[in-house]
Amino acid sequence: MCTVAQLTDIMKLARSLVLVLLCLLAGLTASAASDFPQALSGLAEKSFKKRLGAINAVAVSGHERAQTVLEALAQRRLFVANPGKRLVIKTEAGGYQMAVTGEPAGEIAKPALKRVKTNNRLRKVIRNALGTLTLRSPDPARRLAAAQTIFASRDASALPILEVALAAETDIQVRTVMERARAASTLMGSAGEADKLEAISTIRQMGNQDAIALLSAFGDRAKGAEKAAASQAIAEIERTLALWSGAQNVIYGLSLGSVLLLAAIGLAITFGVMGVINMAHGEMVMLGAYVTFAVQEVLRTSFPGLFDWSLLFAIPLAFLVSGCVGVALERGVIRFLYGRPLETLLATWGVSLILQQAVRTIFGPNNREVGNPSWMSGSFELGQLALTWNRLYIILFALLIFAGLYAAMRWTSFGLQMRSVVQNRQMAGAMGIRTKWIDALTFGLGSGIAGIAGVAISQIDNVSPNLGQSYIIDSFMVVVFGGVGNLWGTLVGAMTLGVANKFLEPYAGAVLAKIFVLVFIILFIQKRPRGLFALKGRGIEA
Amino acid sequence: MPKSRFLSTSLKSTIAAAALLSSSALVSAEETIKVGILHSLSGTMAISETTLKDVMLMLIEKQNEKGGLLGKKLEPVVVDPASNWPLFAEKARGLIEKDKVSAVFGCWTSVSRKSVLPVFEELNSLLFYPVQYEGEESSKNVFYTGAAPNQQAIPAVDYLMSEEGGSVKRWVLAGTDYVYPRTTNKILEAYLKSKGVASEDIMINYTPFGHSDWQTIVSDIKKFGAAGKKTAVVSTINGDANVPFYKELGNQGVSAEDIPVVAFSVGEEELAGLSTAPLVGHLAAWNYFQSVEAPVNAKFVQDWKAFIKDEKRVTNDPMEAHFIGFNMWVEAVKKAGTTDPDAVGEAIIGVTVPNLSGGYSAMMPNHHITKPVLIGEIQEDGQFETVWQTSGQVVGDAWSDYLPGSKDLISDWRKPLSCGNFNVKTGKCGGQGN
Repeated sequence: MCTVAQLTDIMKLARSLVLVLLCLLAGLTASAASDFPQALSGLAEKSFKKRLGAINAVAVSGHERAQTVLEALAQRRLFVANPGKRLVIKTEAGGYQMAVTGEPAGEIAKPALKRVKTNNRLRKVIRNALGTLTLRSPDPARRLAAAQTIFASRDASALPILEVALAAETDIQVRTVMERARAASTLMGSAGEADKLEAISTIRQMGNQDAIALLSAFGDRAKGAEKAAASQAIAEIERTLALWSGAQNVIYGLSLGSVLLLAAIGLAITFGVMGVINMAHGEMVMLGAYVTFAVQEVLRTSFPGLFDWSLLFAIPLAFLVSGCVGVALERGVIRFLYGRPLETLLATWGVSLILQQAVRTIFGPNNREVGNPSWMSGSFELGQLALTWNRLYIILFALLIFAGLYAAMRWTSFGLQMRSVVQNRQMAGAMGIRTKWIDALTFGLGSGIAGIAGVAISQIDNVSPNLGQSYIIDSFMVVVFGGVGNLWGTLVGAMTLGVANKFLEPYAGAVLAKIFVLVFIILFIQKRPRGLFALKGRGIEA
Repeated sequence: MPKSRFLSTSLKSTIAAAALLSSSALVSAEETIKVGILHSLSGTMAISETTLKDVMLMLIEKQNEKGGLLGKKLEPVVVDPASNWPLFAEKARGLIEKDKVSAVFGCWTSVSRKSVLPVFEELNSLLFYPVQYEGEESSKNVFYTGAAPNQQAIPAVDYLMSEEGGSVKRWVLAGTDYVYPRTTNKILEAYLKSKGVASEDIMINYTPFGHSDWQTIVSDIKKFGAAGKKTAVVSTINGDANVPFYKELGNQGVSAEDIPVVAFSVGEEELAGLSTAPLVGHLAAWNYFQSVEAPVNAKFVQDWKAFIKDEKRVTNDPMEAHFIGFNMWVEAVKKAGTTDPDAVGEAIIGVTVPNLSGGYSAMMPNHHITKPVLIGEIQEDGQFETVWQTSGQVVGDAWSDYLPGSKDLISDWRKPLSCGNFNVKTGKCGGQGN
């Protein structure tokens, strides 16, 4: 092509000069391009080390396709097509394109494809490489992710790119993270003392575990004033973190307490108010969880768009199913056994085994998959507290149920009749209340509430036939501790036990913490046999 | 009087013996060999053990299609010990004494195995135990077809320590509070220390069965991992508690790339019951994965789905262990020409049968078998992708080399040694264990 441009005319000479320049440029990119296919072919190698090297080579090649290829590799969309060991990328549309050029690769039969495998180590390297490649992306979310990756990788060589990116950055949030990433890279690099001291103060402001990790890694290598500044910063962060961890324990405790409250609140009605030792209470919770599973199954197959609302449908259904089972249980078994606690205990325990085995036969013995709706996944940060959404919603939900139940008992006519039957059965009967029906409905209410609890518990625990067993002991513990027959007692009892457990756990471990709590309750019951909030006055009959 | 009573009793017993003989002759005319299946079909362990009962029924059916064994049909005898440890011993006794089974395939938890062990030794029958366990045991009557710690835990740790596995320097050993995790972690701790890992780089944590509130522990793990060195979690957390554990890890933003978790009790069957999104990238160490590419495995998976009539059902490691154990028993019976426990026990040592990962497993003199060790990464579809495997078969070690009490012990049930806990230092049989 260049030789064609050789003409004597001045005009044409000038034009040819431009062409020569263009040719030179083309030659340069061509040499980079020849490195790139070679680096790419390394990705298809079997040896781990060669693939690791290939990823690094692709990342530094500067080729325009490097980012696409690495992203495809990270998302498991990079394949080796045989014969010929061609690397192809599966596109989102379902077709294939050549990894080197991006041209369509045509139809490839499935057996001829072999996915390029990655493991955790390789993915981390890819993530870091992509971090530097996407730092200038037009999408702020990707820039943010890139900056976070660089901060985590503490790559000193990323410093120049960070400086360029920082100068152009306008988004305030991305800027903050980039500054931290720059500080991390500065600390790990060979900058002067003044720069490093400034970086330490940037990192100190983060005030979290990541900052400690970075500073202690830096402190191990630093000397003199730098080391002193780093250890001083670490000490300061640790002081504030200790305060935060107290708050963290309270939150964890409330979260555990709210689960206890959910499990126990139905029992507070059936055992607390009616005095029925209902060993099948846990199975009512389990039924609620299985209703959630069934609802999700139906939605998944028929109305996938409604999946995020599945819990909203599950709550009334779970209440109905568990409530009806509860009414049937009361009418069929328990009403014959009033005033005979030992027989009630044995009979309801038998019922619990029957329910478990029934569920096992219908749904199988294995765990069932209950998904979290998207609004219940993930976590957010409040200061130095990491709060997970599902736990937060469960705390709110438990309190809501408590408030609803309390209102129903206090201000509805059914609640009034229920309380009157409990306080004085004969008198209530004389006033025209159908005490037998109130018994059945009360038991149904308690069971239905347990079913609702099952919906919430399905979000954090396994849905298996054994689900109920793990909550029955805790439920009794809470009700007895809180005071039989008192809803407020159940609330305070559940929260106290939850928080106590979480403050003990870091020191004693999960197993011992549980034992301590049990021993504490036994001693407490010796001192106050009727629990925290004992009912005053005539109390429960029988 | 006493004499005549003696006479009459002896007469009675003779008649009874004669009756017994004739009845056993009648039974043998029906030509079946009974095989006991001792797996919980109800209670907490039903989740794992029901599948093993089904796979045994399938293996027996397939063997009968091939013409049975020694010219007789095999007949499965299924009992349900209902996840109740003392009931295991009772049911085992029933299988051996009443049903006269030739061998028993069963048990899952170590405590159930310990509960039936005296029964098998007393009545001299054979048990094939298909689950990975803590080792430190070798009985004349038990064949351990699951993994010993050196066939699962130690290779997994080796992998994580290698460059490929991420050069892990700090270790969290998290487990459920019972014998298998405690012993495994004791072995791992000794092993890690022998590799130069300092005590402050090892965190050990136990939780109760079915633990569901992992907030504190996960945030502790996060804190422990933030110390600047590459950290990994080695999990011996038992089945059910795993789901909330992984969910909490995912929710608190701990990714497999930062802190990988390698589990010894999470297999395909456990994954089938949960949404895998928070688990993807985490690891498990087993001797078999359903995804293993081998013709023999493809056939096994196909047979299993056809037998259970459900395309969604998966296969897992303990199922492979039963596959190997059952075939070894069949080969040994053929070799011995009888189902007599002593003859079969002698014949089975050295028997080599294909395993499902494309190689061969052999029964060693210590009643453990040879197996490859595979490390797999959890995928979105609930399957594993093998990321690493041992180059050959690993011989199961009954007595760990890393525990002070057991490193001098060996087990060899061949004559003339015939000893499960031979001390090579003192040259005596006996010492620790049974």
